[in-house]
Amino acid sequence: MASVKLNNIKKRFGDVDVLHGIDLDIKDGEFVVLIGESGCGKSTLLRLLSGLEDITEGDLYIDEERVNGRSPAKRGIAMVFQSYALYPHMNVFKNMAFGLKISGKDKHFVNNKVMEAAKKLKIDHLLERLPRELSGGQRQRVAIGRAIVRDPKVFLFDEPLSNLDASLRVQTRVELGKLHQELKATVVYVTHDQVEAMTLGDKIVVMNKGRVEQVGAPLDLYHHPKTQFVAAFIGSPKMNFLTAKISQPDPENTQLVLESGRAIQACIDTSSLNKGDIVQLGLRPEHIALECEHNTVEGTVTLIEHLGELSYLYVDIGQEGEMVLKVDGDNQHQAGDKITFGIQPNRLYLFDHQGNALTRVNAHTSAAIPF
Amino acid sequence: MKLLDRLMPSSGIRQVPKSVTIHAVLLAYTVIALFPIIVVVINAFKERRAIFRDPLGLPDSDSFTLVGFQQVLLRSDFGLYSWNSLVVTILAVGLVLLLGAMAAWALTEYKFKGNLLITFLFAMGIMIPIRLGTVSILSLMVSLDLVNTLTALVLVYIAQGLPLAVYILSEFVRTIPKELTEAARCDSVSEYKIFFCVILPLLKPAMATVAVFTMIPIWNDLWFPLILAPGEETRTITLGVQQFVGQYVTDWNSVLSALTLAIVPVLILYTIFSRQLIRGLTSGAVK
Repeated sequence: MASVKLNNIKKRFGDVDVLHGIDLDIKDGEFVVLIGESGCGKSTLLRLLSGLEDITEGDLYIDEERVNGRSPAKRGIAMVFQSYALYPHMNVFKNMAFGLKISGKDKHFVNNKVMEAAKKLKIDHLLERLPRELSGGQRQRVAIGRAIVRDPKVFLFDEPLSNLDASLRVQTRVELGKLHQELKATVVYVTHDQVEAMTLGDKIVVMNKGRVEQVGAPLDLYHHPKTQFVAAFIGSPKMNFLTAKISQPDPENTQLVLESGRAIQACIDTSSLNKGDIVQLGLRPEHIALECEHNTVEGTVTLIEHLGELSYLYVDIGQEGEMVLKVDGDNQHQAGDKITFGIQPNRLYLFDHQGNALTRVNAHTSAAIPF
Repeated sequence: MKLLDRLMPSSGIRQVPKSVTIHAVLLAYTVIALFPIIVVVINAFKERRAIFRDPLGLPDSDSFTLVGFQQVLLRSDFGLYSWNSLVVTILAVGLVLLLGAMAAWALTEYKFKGNLLITFLFAMGIMIPIRLGTVSILSLMVSLDLVNTLTALVLVYIAQGLPLAVYILSEFVRTIPKELTEAARCDSVSEYKIFFCVILPLLKPAMATVAVFTMIPIWNDLWFPLILAPGEETRTITLGVQQFVGQYVTDWNSVLSALTLAIVPVLILYTIFSRQLIRGLTSGAVK
């Protein structure tokens, strides 16, 4: 196992800049998730780490060694692909043993390695089968097994769960988490699914347009997003954003006014802003409460989505548009109902016109206060 | 099944005329394609007079004879001719497949200077018939001292078969997911091993298709054997048959018997490849 260090990594395809200088420190044994919208460069970054793509500029260190320009094989990495990329003409055993055999390892050693990995992944009864005779989940395990047998310094996963159906995805996700605890391996994992990122990652790297937007522990990103982009990306359903004007800047207790004239109070430090500045107010659907008497807003329910233990209410609040509320599953409201809801001032987020977060004061979380 | 019938009650009825039409067309084509071959085969077993009296009749007890086969097998070097044809065909097809697959892989997988130019040259090779260059090929073979050798034929047939092989195989190489080669690279497999252990096995069905397309024109060719290797020792089967065709008298029994025998090896080779061929054609169509 090893640490990975990225130093101002850039990637250009012809005239197109795809990555604009990525700095990242990955500790030994850490599970790092790269997340972002499609086309943000997360998969490209993974391919640069693997050596399948050349680094245009910057330095990449694996285990303190600079590995720019080295072939994938000599970097000590193993990659698991989205499409699994199993060799279709080889059975499971040969798929897992291929890399070891090619590198001239002794037959006994190869057998032991493969059996050990197969047992760990519970695929030891499938060794004689061809990939086309396996289910999606089994193929996924074989692909992971093929990576494990090589004892790589770093595991690279490229959206490994996105080809699985929903229930299998949850199951495999849990197994991946357990496997990581067992192997204590350094993992870089690319996904666009924020649930996977939150559940699996020790550290999440949110990427946007070829730049790192924020790096942090899952709950850090949830409670203290540095930008509006991160706030929108982490959490489901997405954070609600309302345009507001500052009526009274304050280091602790800011007064705001919405477009419709509703007054809002937020525990946010706005001493750097002036009266009349336009800001974006962020409200997480799960923090809005129907019984809350603070910062109340009225609206009409337009749609209800029942998820069982909870429901999503889509509420039209007039001039500001539509908001989503996460409410208890027993909630009896129907479309067309008029409701009033509110949110605690210390549950609010505020972003300036450039999308940067303003510091939350006495934020309602158990995690640490921002950096 | 019952549910399906209830959902689409008319489907079974509509299917029948459609399938009859399809089979009628296919049957007609089969008859047209097989007719000359059947005429050759049945007449090979008939006496000379019977051939002319009733060319389409089956051999009966009066007209049946094996004189043509005797003539061919005992009085000529039929064994040698067949051997020459077989050697030339197998070597040429084998090398076309190997070189074609390698070229197809290189041209689609690697970006290098001249890639486009080489692809273009192969495309030209499909469009321009190699026979246009017969004179220069002959003079080249003369200066290389290769006239009247099987090597000359093999070389020419490789040149003849390669462009189409590269074209077809390139299409198949493109359908192989890029992740497979990338996975192999991460598995520390060398580029040569990737080609031979990962790509080549996956190209098998396509290569069977190419093998059939390449093999038949080579086996049947008269032109190049006549020009480049007309010597007694290097004659191929199609050229060998010509010794029975005279300017004034043609020994039809022998010609037809030789042609009948010439069909056999190519039929065997075709049977070997055909299973793979069908897979190759359908996999290309469906995926």
